[in-house]
Amino acid sequence: MTTNWHEDGSTILLPPKAAVTASAWRHHHILDLDDFTQDEIELILHITGSMKEVLARPIKKVPALRGKTIMTLFYENSTRTRLSFELAAKSLSADISNLTASTSSIVKGESLIDTLLTLESLGADVVIIRHPQSGAPNLAAQHIKGSVINAGDGWHAHPTQALLDMYTMRAHKGVIKDLKVTIIGDTKHSRVSRSNIWGLTTMGAVVTVCSPPTLLPIGFNQPVAYFPKVRIEPDIHKAIEGADVVMVLRLQLERMQSGLLPSMREYINLYQLNEERLKLAKPDALVMHPGPMNEGLEISTGVAHGSQSVINEQVTNGVAVRMALLYLLAGGKKA
Amino acid sequence: MKPILIKDARIIDPSQKIDSTGSILIAEGKIAWLGTGDQKPATNGHEVVVAKNLIAAPGFIDLHCHLRDPGLEEKETIASGTLAAARGGFTTVCCMPNTEPAIDNRSIIDYVKTKATSEGVVRVLPIGCITRGRKGEALADMGEMASAGAVAFSDDGSPVMNSRLMRQALDYSLAFGLPVIEHCEDKVLAENGQMNEGIISTRLGLPGIPAAAEESMVARDIALAELTGARLHIAHVSTSGSVEMVRAGKQKGIRVTCEVTPHHLTLSEEMVMGYNTNAKVNPPLRTRRDIEALIEGLKDGTIDAIATDHAPHTSLEKLCEFAYAPFGISMLETAFGMLMGLFQTGKIDLNLLISKMTWEPANILGDKFGKLGRLVVGNPADIVLIDPEKEWIVDPASFASKGQNTPLGGAKLKGKVVTTIFQGKVVFRE
Repeated sequence: MTTNWHEDGSTILLPPKAAVTASAWRHHHILDLDDFTQDEIELILHITGSMKEVLARPIKKVPALRGKTIMTLFYENSTRTRLSFELAAKSLSADISNLTASTSSIVKGESLIDTLLTLESLGADVVIIRHPQSGAPNLAAQHIKGSVINAGDGWHAHPTQALLDMYTMRAHKGVIKDLKVTIIGDTKHSRVSRSNIWGLTTMGAVVTVCSPPTLLPIGFNQPVAYFPKVRIEPDIHKAIEGADVVMVLRLQLERMQSGLLPSMREYINLYQLNEERLKLAKPDALVMHPGPMNEGLEISTGVAHGSQSVINEQVTNGVAVRMALLYLLAGGKKA
Repeated sequence: MKPILIKDARIIDPSQKIDSTGSILIAEGKIAWLGTGDQKPATNGHEVVVAKNLIAAPGFIDLHCHLRDPGLEEKETIASGTLAAARGGFTTVCCMPNTEPAIDNRSIIDYVKTKATSEGVVRVLPIGCITRGRKGEALADMGEMASAGAVAFSDDGSPVMNSRLMRQALDYSLAFGLPVIEHCEDKVLAENGQMNEGIISTRLGLPGIPAAAEESMVARDIALAELTGARLHIAHVSTSGSVEMVRAGKQKGIRVTCEVTPHHLTLSEEMVMGYNTNAKVNPPLRTRRDIEALIEGLKDGTIDAIATDHAPHTSLEKLCEFAYAPFGISMLETAFGMLMGLFQTGKIDLNLLISKMTWEPANILGDKFGKLGRLVVGNPADIVLIDPEKEWIVDPASFASKGQNTPLGGAKLKGKVVTTIFQGKVVFRE
């Protein structure tokens, strides 16, 4: 049974028994998943399902955010995240404008806060920000009345990526609880891995991290209060064994230049996800990658495009997840 | 000026092991008489300040602050910085040479001294650079600066990365008998670090500064002090490992001293949560375990002095992305109130606290300043009156310092400096 949820009559459907209802939604910003409960993540994933349904229609558009202004503010390059937000906003009938740092007054030295205040003056209801420095969205959230969505900040967080990853896992595996998820690669510099660790552990998954020790964050598993517990396994074979999901991270080429890794060849030998290694996971294990991939480096071409890969599906789900978040922040009764 | 009698105060002077009720007579800028109990001075005609329930102690001495003058006057000036010092109970401050231009020659020492005389309200003792322009390439004219009045040498803000040059600086300093103060941080190891390296930096996704960046440099410098026999003073120790190495160095008889800041004694890295740029400081706030080791170091004499590392910045500079904010905390006005927390929680004794802020730092400055930090008849009347029970709320907007960059805004502290007397003159009164 489904319930007609949206009051303006557009048929966005909320699956029954969502533990948290949209009216109990308490978040004004999406900065990271560290302050989200299991029920709240569940709610987002439920609504994402409804949005998927909207996107499957012949006319993939609903008027839910008509008259709302959404702005993207990107201080770093991005293909899929920015496009995905743009499509999400358009599918909800919001007006969206895109600002990139290289073509704006930012190159003239305008500060982040002044830029945000400008966007606010122009009527932004939601600002979607990507920034090379950790914490920039947190700063933004302190200075504008509208909502801030973190589209990736430094090494810190990329919550919408983690949510679309979790949605994809749930779509295939039914539930996230007790899934064995192995994350392979540069977890130290990865906002994707941090947000996934928060989200997945909150949902009850068991996360294994497989990184070269130079690319592993400091202090994992010390005081639990500050970061969730993960299993650390530097041996890729042991890390993959029995996994339900294998998530591969992009390796930035500058890690070689800064001496964190001896060579690309050695990384491939020790950490590449290839066909042979994937066999150690469960037969129906999913292969994921947040993109953009270095095919032939962190992941073999065969695995990247193989039958277990859901990498393109991740991209598709990204639009629905972002629709759900925009809806929760800017839609509904709070308008 | 009329003589002043401070009457019925609890006089604490750790240099003479005095902690008793008594009175102090100030005349002609000097301590003219000091008596305990009901003793009265023989002379008459003085103004009486009843200081019942207050503590009278020697004016505090800060071995390490940034007055930002010349060149960075938007952050602080000698006028605003010394006023902040007076409000914090400091009657002597040593200012670091990372100004623009850097204090690396006689004329800039002269500038600081002249300006301190004309607009400063407390004693300003300039520290000269170790290397020219603080670039770490060639020794500055240390002898010339010593004769102009530099009290120590430091490239603070940066270490002398080149070990041979540091050895030469220590060797050369022997000619003047002045301490070389090192900011111990291996810049290569700490590269781009924003806070203490650990689980909090991992959570926040910020590059960390490992404890080893400080400790490896402390180890190197102690070895060089042993090699040269010169006087090494280590600025702002912040890790348990540094404390251990200084302790071992002292046991070996090496001439090494060190200081710790009020913030490293009382605040931990958790303060940075939420990307609080006002808690961004170098060395970074460390762990609770480090705090315990620092307190232990104070108690067993490993750490000689408490120094503020007062580092004012404009509010605008701190209102930005965490990585873009400068390091530093405006500390002069909150230092004593923060430290009183250590006394109230039973961690350190009040006499020890005052000792580390008065005659012990004076000792590091050497014989020339042997009269400072001691309530002895004939010494300059640098005196602070403290209300140990007074509760107050930190309001950065009311600071005398131009730097409102404190993570303590809104914090409630107990214990406050209520009067500061410099050379017999009241320079601050609550």
